[in-house]
Amino acid sequence: MKQMRANKRSTEQPLLSVEDLKVTIQMDNAVLKAVDGVSFTIEKGKTLGLVGESGCGKSLTSRSIMSLNPKECETTGEILFNSSLDQKLKGLNILDLDPTGKKIRSIRGKKISMIFQEPMTALSPLYTIGNQIMENILLHRTKNKKEAKQIALEMLRKVGISDEEKRFNDYPHEFSGGMRQRVMIAIALACNPELLIADEPTTALDVTIQAQVLELMKSLQDELGMAILLVTHDLGVIAEICDEVAVMYLGEIVEKAPVHEIFNQPKHPYTKGLINSMPILGTGKQRLEPIEGTVPLAINMSHKCGFYDRCTHRIQGICDVQAVPETQVSSNHSVRCFLYNEHEEDEQNA
Amino acid sequence: MPEPILRVKDLNKEFKTKSTKLFSKSVPVKILKDISFDLLEGETLSVVGESGSGKTTLGRCVLNGLDATSGEVVYVTNDEKAVDYLNLGKADYKKYRKDIQMIFQDPYSSLNPRMTVFDIISEPLVTNYDVKKKEVEEHVADIAERVGLNPHLLKRYPHAFSGGQRQRIAIARALITQPRVIVCDEAVSALDVSIQAQIINLLDDLQTEMGITYIFISHDLSVVQTISDRVAVMHLGRIVELASVDSFFENPKHPYSEALLSSVPKPDPDVKTDRIILQGEVPNPGNPPSGCEFHPRCPYATELCRTEIPELKETGQGKRHLSACHYADELELRGVWHANQAK
Repeated sequence: MKQMRANKRSTEQPLLSVEDLKVTIQMDNAVLKAVDGVSFTIEKGKTLGLVGESGCGKSLTSRSIMSLNPKECETTGEILFNSSLDQKLKGLNILDLDPTGKKIRSIRGKKISMIFQEPMTALSPLYTIGNQIMENILLHRTKNKKEAKQIALEMLRKVGISDEEKRFNDYPHEFSGGMRQRVMIAIALACNPELLIADEPTTALDVTIQAQVLELMKSLQDELGMAILLVTHDLGVIAEICDEVAVMYLGEIVEKAPVHEIFNQPKHPYTKGLINSMPILGTGKQRLEPIEGTVPLAINMSHKCGFYDRCTHRIQGICDVQAVPETQVSSNHSVRCFLYNEHEEDEQNA
Repeated sequence: MPEPILRVKDLNKEFKTKSTKLFSKSVPVKILKDISFDLLEGETLSVVGESGSGKTTLGRCVLNGLDATSGEVVYVTNDEKAVDYLNLGKADYKKYRKDIQMIFQDPYSSLNPRMTVFDIISEPLVTNYDVKKKEVEEHVADIAERVGLNPHLLKRYPHAFSGGQRQRIAIARALITQPRVIVCDEAVSALDVSIQAQIINLLDDLQTEMGITYIFISHDLSVVQTISDRVAVMHLGRIVELASVDSFFENPKHPYSEALLSSVPKPDPDVKTDRIILQGEVPNPGNPPSGCEFHPRCPYATELCRTEIPELKETGQGKRHLSACHYADELELRGVWHANQAK
């Protein structure tokens, strides 16, 4: 299996490959494993969805890629970013870079940029929208202020803000939530990044505005050809725009598959639970099937499989003792569960 | 046919804005405009709409948490007496106020961090009834067990609990006075899906056991569909559609409802709906558009819509399906795809 992966890597290099990423936080008398051995790749122009409940390490994973983790975190592993435009960055491990150094700053905002969840706290209330978009452009694209303003205005037009000449000089508080998120997208895309990390980009928005923003992200992806890492807890959003999905639970990726397979043939009990507990529009009044229990804290875990306590298919003597290996169900579908070890998946499933 | 437990008539609520310029007069902003509906005993009435549509204000005005500017809320008591809930006398106040309770959206800020969970849950009981300490303890332990909280953990403070458990505490606090109506203001919105499903099921069980009536305020239509009997859609302070849940989801009779329904992302990658994307933003309630307030964003708007405010009236779907659209019966609006029927 390892060899297969190695072969794949040598033929075509993905835009981003994350290998065995670990983020640990030292507590007073314990170690919290927030992210525990996460690996995934993102191809050029594709969208990977990272889904999971709060506290499963989605945000820390996405922040690690920008090297934005808080100081208390210890981050290890390998994050390779293969820019097709910049040969100098080839084979560079982002985690080896000084998080405040020159090199990472030439990547941040230019090659990889990020949209944050809450647009009101991510924008500075003291500067105009125009000023904040131009900041990024002046850093990475041009030193000429007039030219930068032209680019900024064009970005505002692109994200659907009308009357851009006037809105250019407005402050964030004069915009509504959806408009602010559009401004965030304009800032993030101002330098034509190759990878866009969107951390819960539509969670704080109304459904009508969410529909607008998702549509905008899709059309801009078609136009600019960037790859997107979408972090969310909303499976509806995932189904809408992702090509591939990685389901996270307690700092591990428990299942990874193309979007159709995740929804049509979910394998991991957690993925199944998530899908079953979602109310689906158009099915009438019905009872939901929740996952019992709550997400445990990732400190001093007593069981090897983090989902053990809540799992309906747990096998005593196996799931709580042995480390769970990753099983390849098909060429692009992997799952971390004993039920699919060997080839007995069908009997178990039935 | 169940009897109404609350009758809301022409409820209005205005807020005064601060004047921005010297000597300029402050303009009142109308947040609720002529809201009328009957809440039937034992049902779940959901109130949906975008942020700023007045859902929360409606919930608070109904239980007399905010003073309504005009209008009335009539509460039919246990012994079939109708009382004016917004102008309760002192004796009635003590008697009936506890019959309507509320659960708030954010379980992190709605629980006092300096009170133990026991104190939080027992407070309404102690203030409303003259009960002995021993009885209080029994009641609290009962309710805690009912909502799925371990009674041994009641001496702890809220910070020791997770979001889902905190929402259970909030539900226990609302239940302890044995209310007849509970206003759930976005009660499950802040929770993860797996926990959200647990709480929804809990609310559902409590309703069957105790016959509680819910006003369920939410922006999430998929949740609304699983829990409610009737749906009221609000837009800029007005109810624009009021219908039973099946009728609403299959045959919406207002273009705004149609747009709301089509905007919900479906958790199925194979279903590609051509959704209606509303252009523009929610209008400013301080300066609402003329005529039908939805017309600037409505794809079907005509001249009539720009000038005349439509009334909330019966549609071709029958007496129980009301819509405030001039063209409610002429337009063919799309409901949501019914998975059960398709399969």
